[in-house]
Amino acid sequence: MDFISRELVVAGSPVHYRELGADLRPTLLFLHGAGGAESALPFLQRFAGQLRIIVPDLPGFGRSPDPAWLDNIHDAAYACLDFIESLDLRDLHLVGTSLGGWIALELAVRNASRLASLTVIGAAGIRPGQIPTGDLFMWSPEERVRRLVADPALAERILALPQTPEQSDIAMRNHFTTAKLCWEPRFFDPNLEKWLHRIRVPTHVIWGAEDRLFPVEYGRKLAGLLPGSRLSLMAGCGHLPQVEHPDRLAELVGQWVRAA
Amino acid sequence: MKFTLFHLMPYADLDLDAAAAYPTAWVLTPNHLYDPKKGAKLYNRYLDELELGEALGFDGLAVNEHHQTAYGIMPSPIVTASALARRTKTAKIAILGSAIPLRDHPLTLAEEHAMIDNITEGRLITGFVRGIGAEYHAWGSNPAFSHERFHEAHDMIIAAWTRPGPFRWSGKHYHFEYVNPWPRPYQQPHPPIWVPSQGSSETIEWAAHPDRKYTYLQTFSPLKAVRRYLEQYREAAARYGWTASDDKLGWAIPIYVAGSDEAARREAKPHFEVFRNRLLRMPIEMLLPPGYSSLESMKGIAKAKAQITGDITLETAVDMGMFFCGSAATVREQIGAAWRDMRVGHLLAMLQFGTLPAELTERNMRLFAGEVMPWLRQLSGGEGGAARAA
Repeated sequence: MDFISRELVVAGSPVHYRELGADLRPTLLFLHGAGGAESALPFLQRFAGQLRIIVPDLPGFGRSPDPAWLDNIHDAAYACLDFIESLDLRDLHLVGTSLGGWIALELAVRNASRLASLTVIGAAGIRPGQIPTGDLFMWSPEERVRRLVADPALAERILALPQTPEQSDIAMRNHFTTAKLCWEPRFFDPNLEKWLHRIRVPTHVIWGAEDRLFPVEYGRKLAGLLPGSRLSLMAGCGHLPQVEHPDRLAELVGQWVRAA
Repeated sequence: MKFTLFHLMPYADLDLDAAAAYPTAWVLTPNHLYDPKKGAKLYNRYLDELELGEALGFDGLAVNEHHQTAYGIMPSPIVTASALARRTKTAKIAILGSAIPLRDHPLTLAEEHAMIDNITEGRLITGFVRGIGAEYHAWGSNPAFSHERFHEAHDMIIAAWTRPGPFRWSGKHYHFEYVNPWPRPYQQPHPPIWVPSQGSSETIEWAAHPDRKYTYLQTFSPLKAVRRYLEQYREAAARYGWTASDDKLGWAIPIYVAGSDEAARREAKPHFEVFRNRLLRMPIEMLLPPGYSSLESMKGIAKAKAQITGDITLETAVDMGMFFCGSAATVREQIGAAWRDMRVGHLLAMLQFGTLPAELTERNMRLFAGEVMPWLRQLSGGEGGAARAA
């Protein structure tokens, strides 16, 4: 079974998304991180035949153009709310990684009425304080790969993959939109943590124990700000569990969705 | 042709062995390598050199802005321009430039530039820049909004200088209930504006637009590139229906003059190579943060990145026309040939570079001012040169 490409217009701008199992329920909406949706597709494919999966290319990422109104993380969150309402998604299991996790948190603070549960994986969004974080913008593309996964052999395999011109254009655009949304303040919204208590749906925080972009202390701090949330650490895993340990992550997320 | 003495004020006392542990002299090199005792001496030496520039007959003295780097210890050109304002009497003082999009409150620059223009009774040349990519790492400002903020900050500063205040500014990035700066600029409607750039097409088009007609200044680049960018400005002006006179074009280049070609190369070599290969060097991620240039230019620049990040020798730089170096006769010929070819109206001579020490800098300045400048003034027809060529 493969994803079907679709398009939806949000606030006047087309948003490309992929869908799997349109007739299945419940629905899992996946918000990708700074690197885009493509690398998460094999992980999401593990839910084929079990869940309806929807994977938008966030505005300015992948095949979704960069709309004139996209200036900050709040614009991205409101666009996702519009997207959810346009598709009339309900009882939704929202899953976001990294930047997508941050957008999921911003979205849920504003309106969680359509969510059955929330899962954030290595999510940005809160003030790091003195927790040492990596600088995605200072790292070269190669360093990014090496530092985002825990297993050096996996890094080598990723670096050896050929890149089509379209993929390299998309990578450049993704990095550009990431800067637009995350450069300053660096990967956080100073006001977000004041309102995280508004998220009252069951919330799961998943973190790679060897995350070098947002180390595990950052995950603990985030979980502490989300009342009643569950924290799961993944041993031997860096910032990209969906790439590094897709089976273990699918098991964690699958169990969570069934229990919620 | 007019002559401006351009100083970068490098931290020439950098411990090069200690700094070699870092990939760049920008942003990441720890500031414990800056010794305030040595820095104080350097600041005063460099200001002395600029003041000597006026005595030697330079038309202008230029300072610039860079942050968190040994490449130039001038995070505020306002401070250096102010120090020069009362110690000089005739030379123009050029701020090349203030990095306006880095500021959350660019009205401070409208005020400070106007103050210097008043104190000097109209000797200020204002320059606006976006700052190089590293500035966005150093300062935290979002490079994705660099162009937008540059344009809005510029429009607001010009409005502050030309529109009767008080008025409200309500833009995308800046919002002020009262724009009403005291003082107003001494020069009316405002000081001349120069736009230094590494050759971005967006910037060239913008500077040449008939609403602005700002002097375009090409910074340190190979001769072929300088020629292409200056031509691009002239073509843009022609497309807009006006003819760019020579004084709309400037070129900043390091120059070293000594008794013979051989002596000049020998003396300049270590200092030039520190400037080019140690102080200017930075990773591409620092030079071009995402959003700093359009995606299209980004792709082009990424291809040429070897040129930016690779080391070059003095000999290569001389061959590429990025550095004029030799006896007075040789340098006269080099610059004369370039002038005949490009008709550039402003030469911004960087006569101190890298670790070039005080004695060699002063000798270089005296030889350039005494044996090169007068000859070039005559060649370009002195004051009337620009008009004749136009």
